[in-house]
Amino acid sequence: MAPARRLLALSLLLLLLAAAAPAPSAAAEEFTEELLLRPLPDRKALAHFHFRSSTPAPARHHHLFPKAISHLVQKFHISELELSFTQGRWNYETWGGHDPLSTNTKPPGVELWAVFDLPSSEIDATWKNLTHALSGLFCASVNFLESSTAFSAPRWGFKSNEGNLRYGALPREAVCTENLTPWLKLLPCRDKAGIASLLYRPSIYKGYYHSQKLKLTTSKTGGIVLDQSLTVVLQPNTASGKQLHSADGKPQPSWSLEHLFNRKLSGKCLVSRSSRIFVEIEKGILAESGPEASWSNEFFELSTAPDRVLNELDHLDVQSSSLYEYDLGNYNDDEPLDVGITWKLPLIWSCSPAPYYARRFLMGSGNERGSIALSFLSTDLHKQLGGSSNDCSIKAVVLQVFPWYVKVFYHSLQIFIDGSSKAISEVLEMIHVTPSEDKLSPGTLEMLLRFPCGMQSATLILDFDKGFLHIDEYPPDANQGFDIPSALVSFPEFNSSRRYPETDPMFVSPLLENFKEENVVKSYTEVLLVPLTTPDFSMPYNVITFTCTVLALYFGSLLNALRRRIGEEESKLKKAASRPALIPMLIARLRGQKADPSNSESSPVSPIGLKLLLKVAFVAVVAVAFHYLSNS
Amino acid sequence: MAAAAVGFRLVLVLFGGDLHLSSRPEVSTPLTSLRRLAEGYWLKQASMSPYSGSMYHGSPLLLSVLGPLTSKRSGGHHAHIYCSLVFVAVDFIAAMLIRLTGRTLQIARGKSLKSLDLAKSVNDPVNASAGDTASLIYLWNPWTIITCVGSCTSPIENLMVVVMIYGACSRLAPLAAFGYVMATHLSLYPAILILPVTLLLGYGPDTPPAKVFLQKGSSASKVDISDIGKSTSQRGFGQISWKPVLHFMLWVFIWSCYVLVLNSIILNKAGGLQEMFEKTYGFILTVKDLSPNIGVLWYFFAEVFDFFRSFFLIVFNMNIIFMVLPLAIRLRHRPCFLAFVYTAIVGMLKSYPSAGDSALYLGLLGLFANELAEMQFTFFLFFGYIGVSLLSPVMHNLWIWRGTGNANFYFATGLAYTCLQTVLVVETVSSMIKHDRKLRLLIRT
Repeated sequence: MAPARRLLALSLLLLLLAAAAPAPSAAAEEFTEELLLRPLPDRKALAHFHFRSSTPAPARHHHLFPKAISHLVQKFHISELELSFTQGRWNYETWGGHDPLSTNTKPPGVELWAVFDLPSSEIDATWKNLTHALSGLFCASVNFLESSTAFSAPRWGFKSNEGNLRYGALPREAVCTENLTPWLKLLPCRDKAGIASLLYRPSIYKGYYHSQKLKLTTSKTGGIVLDQSLTVVLQPNTASGKQLHSADGKPQPSWSLEHLFNRKLSGKCLVSRSSRIFVEIEKGILAESGPEASWSNEFFELSTAPDRVLNELDHLDVQSSSLYEYDLGNYNDDEPLDVGITWKLPLIWSCSPAPYYARRFLMGSGNERGSIALSFLSTDLHKQLGGSSNDCSIKAVVLQVFPWYVKVFYHSLQIFIDGSSKAISEVLEMIHVTPSEDKLSPGTLEMLLRFPCGMQSATLILDFDKGFLHIDEYPPDANQGFDIPSALVSFPEFNSSRRYPETDPMFVSPLLENFKEENVVKSYTEVLLVPLTTPDFSMPYNVITFTCTVLALYFGSLLNALRRRIGEEESKLKKAASRPALIPMLIARLRGQKADPSNSESSPVSPIGLKLLLKVAFVAVVAVAFHYLSNS
Repeated sequence: MAAAAVGFRLVLVLFGGDLHLSSRPEVSTPLTSLRRLAEGYWLKQASMSPYSGSMYHGSPLLLSVLGPLTSKRSGGHHAHIYCSLVFVAVDFIAAMLIRLTGRTLQIARGKSLKSLDLAKSVNDPVNASAGDTASLIYLWNPWTIITCVGSCTSPIENLMVVVMIYGACSRLAPLAAFGYVMATHLSLYPAILILPVTLLLGYGPDTPPAKVFLQKGSSASKVDISDIGKSTSQRGFGQISWKPVLHFMLWVFIWSCYVLVLNSIILNKAGGLQEMFEKTYGFILTVKDLSPNIGVLWYFFAEVFDFFRSFFLIVFNMNIIFMVLPLAIRLRHRPCFLAFVYTAIVGMLKSYPSAGDSALYLGLLGLFANELAEMQFTFFLFFGYIGVSLLSPVMHNLWIWRGTGNANFYFATGLAYTCLQTVLVVETVSSMIKHDRKLRLLIRT
């Protein structure tokens, strides 16, 4: 009874607070939490956490909205920002590439882009400060994006803008709990209550794909919306659960929250406006099990009866997927929610893919040059969508950022369609290149391609030379190689929006709002690892001494060869007898001096001594002057 | 023979397939690579500055001459076939000019020996004329051949140097000035050749030192006073004639204005002259590209501590200039030989050396076959060059392609090569000095 009473007291207090606050406008600070669960075709499960905090205007005090973020927005004049920490790669073939979740997946490592509300001259400096602020905020080395070799300003390949967008990626950044903890700190309940309490570290970091995102949008009136989302693909822990063997002998796991996260949900975060869990059953499953799918049918059964069912309609008004909604407000400690799915019959289905699978790989061997190939494999999506005529075409936009040490020859672009070489102008509609500058800026390649619909595969090949770096520019593990960030391929003619016509206007769900947005279908390619040659790191002294020796040898011996005449002249002047070689003459002279000093009448001795004295004095003066100058 | 050499090049270009010579570090440097030129041309066509992207570092003139040829691809042959044909022609012209220069030198030598009455006592060890030897050496030198076939722009740079020397030898001031301005514009280092060219125009081609003539004159006056007219004419030999020099200076000025105006027209919409100087001369002087070549500076600057970098840049660049004056003073009576020594020094110490530079000075070396007949260490040098040119690709392959060797292997061949060149320069200079002394001794006896 005690917890219930405490809960009651708390909610009363909240009510009082809400009544006491003058409520300046209808839109106050809000927080919502949502979780989407979806079974994936390859026996895995996807969980997508989505938290939205919003504030009508940045203020000195915030009730729910994190103050650090509002400071960030005010200080750096951010109009949009997205920061993602990702581990693992989204499997576009089996996990889908056309739905809102999979088009919002991120490349491995850290990716940051921001649109600034500033004049273009100040943007680069602001970006540098922003990276430092974010790296402090998230305990990550985002500050490596500060260097001008790490970020670029794509014009239309990423998101069309007026030159106020900056984009940077760190493919090698490792993501771990130290990044999650500060991220959770931005939530009003952290991971103590509500949906975020499911984030049991050992289970979420065990997954195949883990992407933690933070997206900021500011509206014209100054309101800030902070979307935090975490997408994980997990293998359900089915050691205890029942396994159902499908036709091909692989177990089809039945899972629940308990299996996925080792936790059950016992109530919502009290300050959240809405707290919901959705279980999404995809089109592929529904096509098998029949359109009128209830939560318990002959193929599968959900462990708990949903509070509501939402049906998505595709562009032909045919039902495609179903969302079973659970309102977390109805559950508490005594009656925790452990939603799950139990399979009754083995099912094989597939998710709808993007129009092309984009792959990228390196060609060539050795450490001098190579080629990057970007290949597109058709998924015949346009046939499924109808509209297949012979002269139709599909647009694809490619954004690729090359670090400077990958010196791309843009004139070497070759395009092969279905294995045969094509003229570039046939496919390439628009191209924008910002070539890289050595040790100064990365190269950016943006291309708008138009492929014929009937095409099965296309390959784009670019040659590059590998750069040679100064020893200080290599990272500590130089022989591991260098990463080229993922290329982004988007298909502007396809969008991933979903329609849920039956929703009533009172039903507010930021997650579904995101799903309804018209987002272009995007996919990221693999990160490439380019090995670069290394010099010998232990050699600097040897190299300096060897080189200087050789140069001194050249200088000394050439000068010696040139000044030989002096001896000859003197010998000619002194002794009429021919004495061609210099050394015997010198030796003889020395001997002569030693043997008989009176012969030289001591006259050459005193000038030599004087000269020597002068020389010594001169060197001493130079040394003193140098010492004085270098000290001052 | 010359036709056979051209034929051999054509066979290599047309039927040799892609030998991948264009990406060999020995053949093409960041300055001369034709691939980079093609990239620069592409950037220019895309209405960007050809210098953006740190790819192209050559002249805008080459860009507009060779650029259109690189973009035409013909199936079957390798990509830059038209350029290669141009280079074959350029090589042939250069060889012919070397031959003509050699002939001028030969005539001058014959004349001066005759005036010294030494024509019989100094017999030429080389039967053929020096010009023929030099041009054949230039044409059949394997390094010239790979430079020509391996699509890089060094043949054009070499041609300009040869044009300059030929123009100066035959006292064609405008031609010499053109060669000088173009060579300096293309690769900066030939700028130091202004001394030999001025001497050539002022004093005429190589002669024995003036003192020999003086001695000859004095001994002649002792022996035979009637021949006084001849000795005065010989004395006139040592005096500089200012007219062609001034002519040359004027033409240098005209040509450089012309070249600069052309460049600024070409770079009108992208970059401009400031960027051109930064990206060509600046790139040469600051050794920004650390990719391996047959020199030693790339590895030096890849390894040297950053705070010493500017110091060593100054030292290495000064090293070329240091020797200019001493050599000019010592060898002023042999300006052509002086030009050869300067090219050899530049080929050894420049920031991005390639086989093409060596090809040039080895070709010019042939011009002095008679004078340098008593050179020492020729056997050692000959096999040293062969050894280095065989070992260097092997070491490069071990390091870059197989990964079984490391950078030190390749650097060692670079060091050995620099040493060889040092020996060559020192030996040629000292044997030339010896030759002059021998002449003097002959006069005296």
